[in-house]
Amino acid sequence: MNDSRYEVAIIGAGMSGLAAGIRLAHFGKKVCIFERHNAPGGLNSFYSFAGRKYDVGLHAMTNYVPPGVKGTPLGKLLRQLRIDREEFALCPQKQSRIAFGPRGETSLRFTNDFAVLEAEVAARFPAQIDGWRGLVQTVRAYDDVSLDAQPVSAREVVGRHLTDPLLTDMIFCPLMYYGSAQERDMEFGQFVIMFKALFLEGFARPFEGVRLILRVLLEKYRAAGGERRMKCGVAKIIEHEGRAARLILDNGDEIAADQVISSAGFAETMRLCEPAHLAEAGQNTGALSFIETISVLNRPPAALGWSDDTIVFFNDSERFDYARPADQVDLRSGVVCLPNNFDFAGAELPEGIFRVTCLANFDRWASLPETVYQADKQRWFAAATRSARRFLPAADDGALAAATITTDMFTPRTIRKFTGHLNGAIYGAPNKIRHGRTHLKNLFLCGTDQGFLGIVGAMLSGISMANYHVLQGGAPR
Amino acid sequence: MTKDACKKLVIDIISDIAPDEDLSGIKPEIRLRDQLQLDSMDFLDIVMELRKRHGIEVPEADYGHLASLESCADYLTPKFPDAAKA
Repeated sequence: MNDSRYEVAIIGAGMSGLAAGIRLAHFGKKVCIFERHNAPGGLNSFYSFAGRKYDVGLHAMTNYVPPGVKGTPLGKLLRQLRIDREEFALCPQKQSRIAFGPRGETSLRFTNDFAVLEAEVAARFPAQIDGWRGLVQTVRAYDDVSLDAQPVSAREVVGRHLTDPLLTDMIFCPLMYYGSAQERDMEFGQFVIMFKALFLEGFARPFEGVRLILRVLLEKYRAAGGERRMKCGVAKIIEHEGRAARLILDNGDEIAADQVISSAGFAETMRLCEPAHLAEAGQNTGALSFIETISVLNRPPAALGWSDDTIVFFNDSERFDYARPADQVDLRSGVVCLPNNFDFAGAELPEGIFRVTCLANFDRWASLPETVYQADKQRWFAAATRSARRFLPAADDGALAAATITTDMFTPRTIRKFTGHLNGAIYGAPNKIRHGRTHLKNLFLCGTDQGFLGIVGAMLSGISMANYHVLQGGAPR
Repeated sequence: MTKDACKKLVIDIISDIAPDEDLSGIKPEIRLRDQLQLDSMDFLDIVMELRKRHGIEVPEADYGHLASLESCADYLTPKFPDAAKA
């Protein structure tokens, strides 16, 4: 056995694990991140296929504020990780839309300037504008980073302000798609985090996409003296006298750590424990999964008439139904992302990209034999893109087909494989564990299941948990 | 260590923690919080950087001494190991 003893072991090299690692290494902790996969990033990663690079997960980085705006999550995260804003080279979105109705008849445009959304609400829903302003005030006043807030239903709180179900559903749609692990409702604290992240702040991305963000994080971590072991997952957390005494790695090695921070997810972490805590895991396992189609185009989407929208959240059912579908995919609602339509200050991405995301049922995908799986992917790919195109300016089928160089698609099965999340549940467990504590004194959670959402939220989660439980000595030894 | 040198070290720390703040016109007598946008996470970082860079421990009960640059200098200067020689 190696002489492998760390002050802190971190499970997972996603955004939260890397951020936690940077904080701990910066302040001199002997820390190691264990990552099962070859690439860092977790939910927000990238891959190469047939010589082409793809981003996974990241449509847009939320929480964007222009330089000089202080006191928001982006600013906090840059300060805490000692990252210069320039390093992320964020390019803001052009505009996004929420489009409801069979052809998107009711549409709310929003940009990184909150006044645009407010004016749209006033124009489309004049009777709701006072309620809207009341809701915004409540959101602004809410302490969304409190680590011990009591859960409250967002539907209930929003219902006190907005009475039009269409407006209510339209506001919930993007917030749920970009972070809710709960079906049909959200915890109000989560709603506030997402409302601020998407509407009061906004969308941006680096020209290079998620890999630039990961490169910056990896370099900070390395420079601070942090260790990481890739292709080296944690297989078991051995309990002894109320503590995580040892970690068994996938290759059989054992390591010991004074403290362990797991970004694997709540249920996933409970199942890593030896003895496993299956009952607890079963009560708090996510059910929401997605498919995503990616079409690579030989021209920018603008050449097909799709020049304005960065992200479009769409729905055509009478009530927006954010839930695990009975069928393999729910085509009634979804999200379109056109990454070319960020303001790259004159630069152009080398290829056009058209992505569509829809809710999907993990079980219906998980058990398919390989040949059926491949055929179903093709079938649903066509159906999802057709559904989404109803909400974009009309483009000729032949022109889109001619422009398409290649396509790829991920399914709930892909998500399960690459993130380890049970049920391919991107956003993890429905009930978040804000304080990050577990039944073991020295084992803490960070990331998706701690409950700060989006990639900025994920990084802040890692930071908060590292600060609170390790650096401030919040944890009893 | 003089009080002025101590103030400079504190400013060095703040400029690394909050590079987006303009530190050129800081008034030593006025609370840092009233002149700069620093939150509790930033103050915690000042404490931790003092420990990391200078080996100085600031117990939580003493955080109030870090309110202004002047009070920082009063409190921290004697804690530097070479205080006797200054």
